[in-house]
Amino acid sequence: MTITTETEMFFGMKYVIQFGIIMAVSFVGEIVRALLPFKCPASIYGLIIMFVLLKTKILKLEMVKETSHFLVEAMPIMFVPICVELMTSGKVLSEIFVPVVVISVATTFIVMAVTGIVSQKVIEMDKKKSPKNKSDIKTAKEGADI
Amino acid sequence: MIEFLSDSAYFSIALSIIAYKFGIIVKNKLKFAIFNPLLVATLVVIVFLLATGIPYEAYEIHASKLSYLLTPATVCLAIPLYEQFELLKENKKAIAIGILSGILANLIGVFVLALLFGLNHEQYVTLLPKSITTAIGIGVSEELGGIATITAVAIIITGVLGNIIAEFVCKVCKINEPIAKGLACGTSAHAIGTAKAIEIGELEGAVSGLAIAVTGVLTVVFVSFFVNLI
Repeated sequence: MTITTETEMFFGMKYVIQFGIIMAVSFVGEIVRALLPFKCPASIYGLIIMFVLLKTKILKLEMVKETSHFLVEAMPIMFVPICVELMTSGKVLSEIFVPVVVISVATTFIVMAVTGIVSQKVIEMDKKKSPKNKSDIKTAKEGADI
Repeated sequence: MIEFLSDSAYFSIALSIIAYKFGIIVKNKLKFAIFNPLLVATLVVIVFLLATGIPYEAYEIHASKLSYLLTPATVCLAIPLYEQFELLKENKKAIAIGILSGILANLIGVFVLALLFGLNHEQYVTLLPKSITTAIGIGVSEELGGIATITAVAIIITGVLGNIIAEFVCKVCKINEPIAKGLACGTSAHAIGTAKAIEIGELEGAVSGLAIAVTGVLTVVFVSFFVNLI
């Protein structure tokens, strides 16, 4: 890459700085969580803060881009230990094992199908109303870019 | 040897990542949705632990450092959200209606099934927040007088299952709009569903990340209408 960002010019260690910024925003998320009375995880506050920082141009996209793509890409792997933990949960569930599993499984199917079908229908209706909706073309193009 | 592996700071992390990569290979070779990388990786690790006799606790101590990165990774979901923001704004109606219908489907679904199973109030409220991200879900469960550990298990079962069935459900229900797919993943199966949405596509991942936050917060609001029904 020939693009030299300001961050890179200033610090000369692009990925480390990107990681540092992401950690700092996560930390601010923790602070907000400690200050507000809601039972919302620090990660959600951090997500909102990061979005606001980008939207207000306080942070430029290239100051976090590559490292954030790496972290998002690696996210599925981070769930492996949490899923392995299920092997120990038989004891916790004991007498309500069957209802918990059946309800979890059934509602997951229902919620996924309902959400998907409803939003699909709304999008289709919107498209019929304004046939020149360019979102399709844009998606295809953006996909090719990346 | 087993003792060395149990004590190693890096073995369980390497095992988790390699198991996941193995899951991806298996999925690409055998084109069945049931061979989901997360499921395969989980099973590989469990089988490995059982076969070698490495205690779960020893695995967990070190592997949990992977989960430690979940908070910064979730923060980073803001980046695809930012990149796709114009597209999301154009579809704000579909996003709002889709997420709302999903939240109501979850609460009504849990209510009806809890009635059928004859669950008591404590068990019912334990399951109400099962579709939202763990941190909010456990908070809600405690607040309502539920059993937080069971809520956590239900949330993980929901996430893993959502991750496994996402492509199948989208195909069967003819959900082919990227935004609709992302909403389906994130609203039903929070971050673990979002992990699947990220695999499907960038827009799907962005929408799904948005859906985790909105679903989590709105469920906190709507749950109060359902809490005293059983």
